[in-house]
Amino acid sequence: MSKTSNINRVDGFAKVTGSATYSAEYKADGVVYACLVGSTIAKGRIKSIDTKKAEWAPGVLAVITHLNVDKPSGYQKPKDKRNFGQSLQIFKDDSVLYYDQPIALVIADTFERMQYAASLIKADYLKEEHSTELHKAADKERKIDTDKGNDYHRGEHDGYKNAEVILETEYTIPTEVHNPMELANIIAKWDGNKPILYTKSQGVEGTRKSVAGVFDVPVENVEVHSEYIGGAFGMGLHTWPYEIAALIGSKKLNRPVKLVLHREQMFTNVGFRPYTIQKMGLGATKEGKLTGLTHEAVAMTSSYEDFMEGTVNMSRFIYNCSNVSTRYRIVPLDTCTPIWMRGPGEATGSFALESAMDEMAYKLNLDPIEFRKRNYAEKDLEQNKPWSSKFLLECYEAGMERIGWKNRKNEPGLLKEGNWLVGYGMGTGTFGCYRSPTSVKAKFLANGDLVLQCSVNDMGPGTATMMTAIGAEVIGLPSENVIIEMGKSGLPKGPTQGGSATTSSVGSAVHDSCNLLLSKVIELASKNVALKGIPITDLTFENGVIFSKKDKSKSITFASLLSSNKLEDFEVENLSKAAEEAKKYSIYSFSVHFVKVLVNPNLGKIRLAHVVSCADIGTVINQKTSAGQMFGGAVGGIGMGLMEALEIDHRFGRPINNNFADYHVPVNADIEKQEVFFVNKKDPISNPMGTKGLGETALVGMAPAIANAVFNATGKRVRDLPITLDKIIETVKV
Amino acid sequence: MKNFQIIKALSASSAVTGKAKDNSSMFIAGGTNLVDLMKKNVVAPDKLVDINGLDLKKIEFLKGKVSIGALAKNSQVAEDSSIKEKHPLLALALAAGASQQIRHMATVGGNMLQRTRCSYFYNTDMPCNKRVPKSGCGAIGGSNRMSAIFGASDSCIAVHPSDMCVALAALDATVLVEGPKGKRQINFTDFHRLPGNTPEKDNTLDSRELITSVEIPDHNFTKNVHYLKVRDRTSYAFALVSVAVALDLKNNVIENARLAMGGVAHKPWRLTETEEFLKGKTVSEELFRQAANLSMKGARGYGENDFKLTLGANAITEALTIAASK
Repeated sequence: MSKTSNINRVDGFAKVTGSATYSAEYKADGVVYACLVGSTIAKGRIKSIDTKKAEWAPGVLAVITHLNVDKPSGYQKPKDKRNFGQSLQIFKDDSVLYYDQPIALVIADTFERMQYAASLIKADYLKEEHSTELHKAADKERKIDTDKGNDYHRGEHDGYKNAEVILETEYTIPTEVHNPMELANIIAKWDGNKPILYTKSQGVEGTRKSVAGVFDVPVENVEVHSEYIGGAFGMGLHTWPYEIAALIGSKKLNRPVKLVLHREQMFTNVGFRPYTIQKMGLGATKEGKLTGLTHEAVAMTSSYEDFMEGTVNMSRFIYNCSNVSTRYRIVPLDTCTPIWMRGPGEATGSFALESAMDEMAYKLNLDPIEFRKRNYAEKDLEQNKPWSSKFLLECYEAGMERIGWKNRKNEPGLLKEGNWLVGYGMGTGTFGCYRSPTSVKAKFLANGDLVLQCSVNDMGPGTATMMTAIGAEVIGLPSENVIIEMGKSGLPKGPTQGGSATTSSVGSAVHDSCNLLLSKVIELASKNVALKGIPITDLTFENGVIFSKKDKSKSITFASLLSSNKLEDFEVENLSKAAEEAKKYSIYSFSVHFVKVLVNPNLGKIRLAHVVSCADIGTVINQKTSAGQMFGGAVGGIGMGLMEALEIDHRFGRPINNNFADYHVPVNADIEKQEVFFVNKKDPISNPMGTKGLGETALVGMAPAIANAVFNATGKRVRDLPITLDKIIETVKV
Repeated sequence: MKNFQIIKALSASSAVTGKAKDNSSMFIAGGTNLVDLMKKNVVAPDKLVDINGLDLKKIEFLKGKVSIGALAKNSQVAEDSSIKEKHPLLALALAAGASQQIRHMATVGGNMLQRTRCSYFYNTDMPCNKRVPKSGCGAIGGSNRMSAIFGASDSCIAVHPSDMCVALAALDATVLVEGPKGKRQINFTDFHRLPGNTPEKDNTLDSRELITSVEIPDHNFTKNVHYLKVRDRTSYAFALVSVAVALDLKNNVIENARLAMGGVAHKPWRLTETEEFLKGKTVSEELFRQAANLSMKGARGYGENDFKLTLGANAITEALTIAASK
């Protein structure tokens, strides 16, 4: 274990003491307060909108609607399809595409006056029939018009149908919302024609591009600050209409405008995990060899934008099966566009796949892990490539040991603790390891401190801590001497934080830049009179001194090297990319979640007595932050399994439980014992550190583990999430 | 939020007088529900009468009863050692409600006056007869997983969300109030009302009256008691169904029983018929199952909440079993 593998979060002190500055907390001279007023219908047109009372209310500076807006010039240009969320051009016209769609922006001198004025706005609508229920709109399903949207077939189409043992099942997951603690928020201002945003974004560079497109200004003109993020889970992956609204307001008033969404608006205006219906077909021999696997998903999108995610992808490669078919269809509904939510797609898909694998194991009378082992994929059959590394079997073993799998009975309902039925279940997760080109500047200061700069954000996983650890490790410095500057434009370009790719991308770039910095410092030193004649290969750098390895008396301090060269500091900037070699391999992280549940069948109560999450994520850079991510991801999966569902009253097309009292996420008391385990073996291919990515796979596979454990305890198979108590108790029909 | 005035009352009578002057004024104590309702524009009083300064915070053990001041905090009552000893059912019910932070703020009187958690009541874009009389009931035919199975009407199927009140209903408590016409007492079970055609009225308190205290008569329910709360997560969630049980057991024979349910009606649902049925009978699984079935007589579901019929019966059986085994 290296010296840096367990350092504390470098921003922990700032976060817990409140000195960390989040977007809406920046001081901006003359800032005024804005909010969005939403539509009260789900589809139609605005017949009239009465803004007079609001305009006359005390302190109001502007009320902007589609009737008086100065439309951003980019509205005329063709839309960039990649900018999800931007297809809704705010205040463009009188159309209403979903409930709570912003129809007016109110700006006032104080927060309270703004809120009051907003309550005075009333609109009349020409209502049209809306459609918000996936089950009732299935006839509108269609393929998505991109390569990724194509059906996938390996071997025989729907080959499972010819098997000795066949399973055909359907699974449903409801809409789930990200809803981080920190609300979506922005302070927008303009410097001439240069927009400046303090905003909640998972990708500074992406936000710059989106804003540049909407306002038709050069990307370099857009300044974005997003240094601290209070959680995002995917909702910060794209630029949303509220951000554009704040910029429109600020431009009109020529003042900084602060806009923070209401909690209710977080349920309607910034994306969600889409409601998805999945059909599984599994075929196997009586001996438990999978011979066919078909995975179909029908998922919602909005009426104005196509959205898809990797729901069916895991089924193509995770098991050794020669006949695989996958299909993905979308159904447009009258809602905001979905956006990737932690463990996107794969989390949804694994619920269906890993539930079906469990169901098939029971059909075959096999232990679910034995069934998986009999279908273990030695290579990636989808890409026909070897794995870069795969320690999934080690995850199975570690989890079985910790959860006490040997106590499990394959027949449901046999185990009891007091009056509680006991069940064990597991579910496999996986997520691809990606690496984006990333630039990092590494700079030595005269005092020996190392500054690392990158525009990448840290939404909570500990990116700054990871950068510190890798920089300190490569340079051989104490981690206290590393200073991180990140999360804003103008710094060397980093990737969007998503897809578990940050450590692989940014960590590698830190690694490469720091190595380059070392070699450049040594090169410079070798030219210095103090070290004249010593070959570069004999020089090394430690604790602020460059010296000859053979003769330590021949040395120069870094500080004198700088002064003798009349330099104040010394820096390098380097663009780091994945090696060509990596393309020959299939690189994935793997996880397995194990759950022991206690169920009271009379009350439907499910207790999570023990939860164990094991993962093969390559090298673990930091034990603490990795464990934190794994705990958090697993809890997210528990929410998905047991509680989370955005309920819509389809008569009105409106959400019903758009608050934290009614939309439940787990609390401490829900999980009685939880542990995590990492294999922690370096991947030889992925990147210089050998990491593979953790954030997403931490959640993938938890929901089916719970469903499988509940079945093992009760004999009840719940195929529609969440597993609420009414699905466990016998319901009397009235 | 619209502008409002706030005045601080120095005595109960001045609070009552201060409020009486202005029809749209409201009392505010802990504010754990009222402030939310104001922020969401569900209620919009012109004036708030802050009663936190009144001397109504004491818990006093008097002859034959305990008197709990209306401004006693929920956590204060739940953690009071004499309450725990003499009225354990009340302590259990209080501890099951909300979160510790909210219990530190919420008062006994405020807890009684909290509004329903029905989603349609909170969402001002939706129909709700309780919020806007004659606007319709969104929950009927809509999302009604939390809704009532007893005593509802065509106007309203909302439930009262309190845990504390379920225990107080079971324990034959009395509510003491003060109004412009003087003081009066209300039986706890008569305090909250069924919705009928006027669901906008949650209770029988006159709008100008102030709750000053709650009294619980002494009783023998100190051992075989249980408050069972069934909810969607282990903490910080409202009851789908809750059951308050108090048994006075001698040699396994039920001398006396008290039973009330929460999360099932517009008011805490006292089960007097079941209490009578249990009286004098010997504890058994079969007896409790019969009691549960009897208790569910007249219950009806509205779709999403149909499961409460089974859950309610099972919860009563479970709560009786746990109470009897203590």
